[in-house]
Amino acid sequence: MRKTYEEINEKIRRGQAVVMTAEEVSEMAKTMSPKEILDKVDVVTTATFGAMCSSGAILNFGHAVPGIRMEKIKVNGVPVSGGLAAVDTYVGATDCDERNPKYGGAHIIQDLIDGKTLELEAWGKGTDCYPRTHIKTEISLETINEAVLFNPRNSYQNYNVAVNTSDKTLHTYMGTLLPKMKNASYSSAGELSPLINDPECRTIGLGTRIFLCGAQGYVAWNGTQFNTSKPVNKYEIPVGNARTLAMIGEMREMTSRFLRAAYFEKYGVTIYIGVGVPIPLLDEDLAHRVSIRNSEIETSIEDYGNGGELIGTTDYASLRSGEIEFQGKKIHTAPLSSLAKAREIADMLKTWIKDGQFELTAPVRPMPTDTAMKTLKEL
Amino acid sequence: MTRKFVIKFPAEQTGDSLTYNLIKKFDIRINILKADIDAGRSGTLLIELNAEEEKIQAAVDYISSQGMDISPVETKIKLEAEKCISCGACTSSCLSGALSISAPDWNLRFEPEKCIVCKLCLKACPLQLFKIEFSE
Ligand code: SF4
Ligand code: SF4
Repeated sequence: MRKTYEEINEKIRRGQAVVMTAEEVSEMAKTMSPKEILDKVDVVTTATFGAMCSSGAILNFGHAVPGIRMEKIKVNGVPVSGGLAAVDTYVGATDCDERNPKYGGAHIIQDLIDGKTLELEAWGKGTDCYPRTHIKTEISLETINEAVLFNPRNSYQNYNVAVNTSDKTLHTYMGTLLPKMKNASYSSAGELSPLINDPECRTIGLGTRIFLCGAQGYVAWNGTQFNTSKPVNKYEIPVGNARTLAMIGEMREMTSRFLRAAYFEKYGVTIYIGVGVPIPLLDEDLAHRVSIRNSEIETSIEDYGNGGELIGTTDYASLRSGEIEFQGKKIHTAPLSSLAKAREIADMLKTWIKDGQFELTAPVRPMPTDTAMKTLKEL
Repeated sequence: MTRKFVIKFPAEQTGDSLTYNLIKKFDIRINILKADIDAGRSGTLLIELNAEEEKIQAAVDYISSQGMDISPVETKIKLEAEKCISCGACTSSCLSGALSISAPDWNLRFEPEKCIVCKLCLKACPLQLFKIEFSE
């Protein structure tokens, strides 16, 4: 049996689509074959809520009279890009003023979404067409034109587990790593994670409609560092970080329930982003893919105390048990991305689809199939 | 051992002479954690004393004999739970087990009675939701 996007959407419109979360379907797969799952289920919802530095917002402030070509811009004291047209900017999540390292671009984005008023100050050299050289004013989502979240790299397909074999505590973007491998931190929703459930991106491509921080957003492109050449395990899941997604959505529809500014000690500002991706069960292969379980998803253990050396592998069932055994030692494990929030997103997306508020889109262009990561060489 | 105290002193006293005396007379390491001095009126100091038990006791007696009010303080870790996203980042540094996250619900669980006030969670939480609270 096969289903088409149109058949599934027709069911969604009639309120008859059967939708399940990826965790629910993995549970079902213990007693049902992919064929039976395909017969029963139309759409599987996947989700993740994790720290994703490669995120940001495109803003257009509107023109003042007389106009200014903003070349240097600060929002709430944080320098943001002056590298676009006169009153456009891109607020990168990690933008910050080194004198106030705990408030950055991510906080600007969250404050805007929370409806707050922020201070905008900008400078320009003054041109014949934009004579003004300075402006200091206030902005909010109500006063500005476009406010679009555009994230070049979100939703990593799997991620390495971080440990630290050195003898001092490290503060990293993978959290606090205690010396001598006293803890291990991981950051993936595992069997609920979007790119784990459609590992070759058969249904996820450009234009795929998704849940983005509470809004209906879209997959905009393959994410940066999209890598299809990572080794896979016997369940065809890359063992470590591989594919990624670029995504876009309207900030005015978002809520800070699913977007949160954060600061990692000695690392800097980052942002927690909530993503939900629906996977249509078009055929048995997809029904088989979404049945994947935590015990079948493996990932590499990376030593942050020794230049990122890969020193072993483990799987998500072990990581989720709270302790892994590695090199004869029991290591306390802790997540970094929120499974509770990811479940909330998967459930919400499920309700949207069941209620006919969210239809599925076929990719406008598939994802690349042959990419590898380049490294930066020094001269 | 290290113990914390709140000292309330009258306007004529200053924290400086007190610190000096404690170091000089009792060989105690003193760490001023917080000082609130109301200009011309009374002041409050939050101090940490580090020495053997008897020395600390002698210092406490001395301070009260100087007409100041001194009382021990309990340090507690407080979590702003309503803002917590249950990411679990804090649980990796909490070796006492006061912070935990696990199946089935994967919501952060905080059991203050297990907390040993090591303060590691203050830096570990990416949303800075932990604060130190002092109570008498
Ligand atoms: S202070 Fe230490 S023991 Fe207490 S909750 Fe924080 S990490 Fe755990
Ligand atoms: S690190 Fe902070 S936000 Fe994350 S679970 Fe702990 S208290 Fe909650």
